[in-house]
Amino acid sequence: MAVGMRVSLMAAAMMTVLAVAAAAKEPVRPFELGQVAAPGCKIDELVFTRLRQLGIQPANLCSDNVFVRRVFLDVIGTLPTPKEASDFLQDTRPDKRAALIDQLLGREEFADYWSLKWADLLRVKAEFPINLWPNAVQGYHRWIRTAIKDNAPYDQFVRELLTASGSNFRNPQVNFYRALQSKEPKAIAQAVALTFMGERADKWPAERLNGMAAFFAQIGYKSTQEWKEEVVFFDPSKVAPGAPAARLGTPVFPDGTAAKVPPDVDPREVFADWLVTPKNPWFARNMVNRAWAWLFGRGIIHEPDDIRPDNPPSNPELLAWLEGELVAAKFDMKHIFRLILNSRVYQLSSIRPSERPEAEANFAFYPMRRLDAEVLIDALCQITGTTEEYSSPIPEPFTFIPDGQRSIALADGSVTSPFLEMFGRPSRDTGVESERNNRPTAAQGLHLLNSSHVRQKIERGEKLRNLIWSSGSPEEAVTRVYMAILSRQPTAQEMRGVREYFESGKVSRQEAYVDLAWALINSAEFLFRH
Amino acid sequence: MTAGDANVGHGIQMPEGGGLISRRGLLRGGACAAAGWLLGGPSGYGAVVPSRPAKAKAVIQIWLWGGMAHLDTFDPKPDAGYDYCGQLAKAIPTNVDGIQIGEMLPELAKQADKYSIIRSMTHGVDAHETATYMVQTGRAAGDRIVYPCVGAVVSLFKGYDAGYNGLIPPYVILTEPLGRFSETGFLGSKYKPFSTGGDPGQRRFMVEGVVAEGISDERQRGRRELLDKLGTLATAAQGDPQVGALKKAQEDAYDLIMGNGAKVFDLSQEKDDLRERYGRNTFGQSCLMARRLVEQGVRFVTINYKGWDTHKQHFQIMRRKLPEFDKGLASLLADLSGRGLLESTLIWCCGEFGRTPKVQWEPPWNGGRGHYGEVFSAVVAGGGFRGGCVVGSSDAKGEAVKERPVHPVDMIGSMYQLLGIDPDATLQHPQGFAVRLLPSAKDGFKSGGKLREIM
Repeated sequence: MAVGMRVSLMAAAMMTVLAVAAAAKEPVRPFELGQVAAPGCKIDELVFTRLRQLGIQPANLCSDNVFVRRVFLDVIGTLPTPKEASDFLQDTRPDKRAALIDQLLGREEFADYWSLKWADLLRVKAEFPINLWPNAVQGYHRWIRTAIKDNAPYDQFVRELLTASGSNFRNPQVNFYRALQSKEPKAIAQAVALTFMGERADKWPAERLNGMAAFFAQIGYKSTQEWKEEVVFFDPSKVAPGAPAARLGTPVFPDGTAAKVPPDVDPREVFADWLVTPKNPWFARNMVNRAWAWLFGRGIIHEPDDIRPDNPPSNPELLAWLEGELVAAKFDMKHIFRLILNSRVYQLSSIRPSERPEAEANFAFYPMRRLDAEVLIDALCQITGTTEEYSSPIPEPFTFIPDGQRSIALADGSVTSPFLEMFGRPSRDTGVESERNNRPTAAQGLHLLNSSHVRQKIERGEKLRNLIWSSGSPEEAVTRVYMAILSRQPTAQEMRGVREYFESGKVSRQEAYVDLAWALINSAEFLFRH
Repeated sequence: MTAGDANVGHGIQMPEGGGLISRRGLLRGGACAAAGWLLGGPSGYGAVVPSRPAKAKAVIQIWLWGGMAHLDTFDPKPDAGYDYCGQLAKAIPTNVDGIQIGEMLPELAKQADKYSIIRSMTHGVDAHETATYMVQTGRAAGDRIVYPCVGAVVSLFKGYDAGYNGLIPPYVILTEPLGRFSETGFLGSKYKPFSTGGDPGQRRFMVEGVVAEGISDERQRGRRELLDKLGTLATAAQGDPQVGALKKAQEDAYDLIMGNGAKVFDLSQEKDDLRERYGRNTFGQSCLMARRLVEQGVRFVTINYKGWDTHKQHFQIMRRKLPEFDKGLASLLADLSGRGLLESTLIWCCGEFGRTPKVQWEPPWNGGRGHYGEVFSAVVAGGGFRGGCVVGSSDAKGEAVKERPVHPVDMIGSMYQLLGIDPDATLQHPQGFAVRLLPSAKDGFKSGGKLREIM
């Protein structure tokens, strides 16, 4: 890369800032700081340059109270406690955002939350149509969580999933080949292409899919004496790939090169060798694009799992740069998260600076999305000090989830929960990202506004009650409720609005507090990441 | 089925899943139009192409969760002996010559001219979940694709996308979701049923989210004002489509809470003697509720009637449950008929399978019946189905189909036809390929043909 080019990019970015400054909008309190002063990193340069080309001005920077809430929800799927929020807000260090990002990336909930995402993609589910069964689900989830907690390099993580053999209980990564609706080689190839290449292979020409499926034609499955134990293994007795009798023909990599599979070598090894290399055009690209989509609600290529030549990235330079970073960091995922989270682009306000669709596709603001089902119910429990009960009566053996278990840490996608279903938990049938549905519906509205479930949490939750009724003035109590639910203090105008409601004489003091908590919980500010 | 399948032209382009919010306006254009274009669909519009003459406007599905014993109800075998009939050996005549049903169903015996019995339902699946899936989707479990059930399909073809603008959602479940079963399959949560929660058999039917005991209308209004007043971000981000979607969802919810929605669910608006006739229990009042919902234009009501998985104490449970079943369903038939609604309301009553004809007298069952998918019975009425008929038969002991097998796909295809839904339509899978609404013979599916004899 020529140094000169870099300099000119920098210059272009600087000019962007000047252009932006000229038209900057007044920050909206309490959600925004001022305008973006200058690009802080490569991501900023690449995004702001593109926005300048489009003539779109990026949003203002988000305020600290927006940031603390956003980064907690995005990185650990957890609402900050009032203390965590106020510690951050009172911190005066200039690098406090970076420090908080580092701290969150090390939290236990980080592993919980990102295991949830991976369990969606890998279809971790005991029951129909995946049918992993409970024991295997627990083992598989634990394996995934451990890999994320230890920040296992992404290439190793995938290699293990693709090449493992053994018992689904003792070597749980083999469940990758069991968490499928069909164990036909083509179906396996489709799942691999979807998960690790971001491509929908059912759109491929038949010979391309056949060529890839041939790598998965020698996977054997056998049961053991133990209930629902299954061994996944390399079975050379199944027609060898390339043999004349093989229906699928010879193994061919998706880029069109023919593979050489020596006899008695598991063809999955050969495929994995091809896939998890820095040079592979899909591997790093798929991962950084997904990571971006997980943090921004949309990929640089969108949908993030529909990569194809006629679906180009909105910012090819940005995608290429991130790919390079992942490879250079030896597939360290936390490195990628850190880069994105520390960028000004990630820290922009969610208030749209422009109605143009290109603004959203080019990340001119942080897009609002309703909280994930699991994150939402966990947040409600955290605020009110209540718990949810989960169990799974079929299939046997019954699964009882301990009281107080976080929903983001549930291993099994088939645990029954009307709430999680209503709020769009994915069914984990296909591993497609869009299975998760975070759009608001009227049924959700009814539930949050008026159901006995949410009412009881607000009215009887001990933690919220203590928060309201501990010592101090009513203003202090109102502030505590705001800190617990919205992670910020009320504005003067809000405080006036609350006071009017309290003094209206229509409701008792206790009802007034309940109604305040209810109103904040039903606000866009609480229900959305923003 | 692959992306290249040519037969998508006259099919449905499924819009992206989503909430009630986007329903009326947004769906017409945008995403689905684009999808239609990509797939070469001629119209490119998301909505619906059924527009065939429809006899049925609505469906009431009575789902006998667990599987009701066919021998003790609609397919009695009085000559099969004690090992098969246990303590319920008697069959009784009905108001239709030649049709007999089980002795525990005297009220239904008086209404037999209004419904038809199918005695040759079969699929051979003996596990709850896979059999439920089979009966409700017409498909065998284990495909790569998870198909939607009939209710979700009706919700797609007859719901918001087809211009439905009723106050109550078009697809309602009384009172709990079927569980262990994704009603909507790949169609996604937009077509999920609204499940009421609560218990219509109680003094007040507390529909979850619609009726909140102890919160006066005045306080509801005050709260709503407070919510607006404190909506600082919503105000600052006015015009954001997500904020708009939330607002719309909340407005729709308030239409139900504060508007006439709550009245629809208020069973005290019915006369006491009618409520008595239906039976003052959860099932009886659910039947009454279903009638009220259909009167409101709701397209598909499922009564999830649990408790038929009678492995043990089978006959005790039959003696307890069958009278309430008998009364509830018979009253529903009579009531719908009396109001002229039966012609346009299709009733579909069955479970996921029948129960073993031979009683399991041995421990640990001590007089129970197990799962049985080989042959079982279903009852249909109204909506274009003729009454007073029996379709098919089982053998002397009710163990196998004797004549005229009816597979779930036959039943579902017949209902679609009566509803004006083209059984050859295709649906759009979110992964971008087209899927046939129902499998055809060339997919290797067994079929006994549609129920032409009663349509």
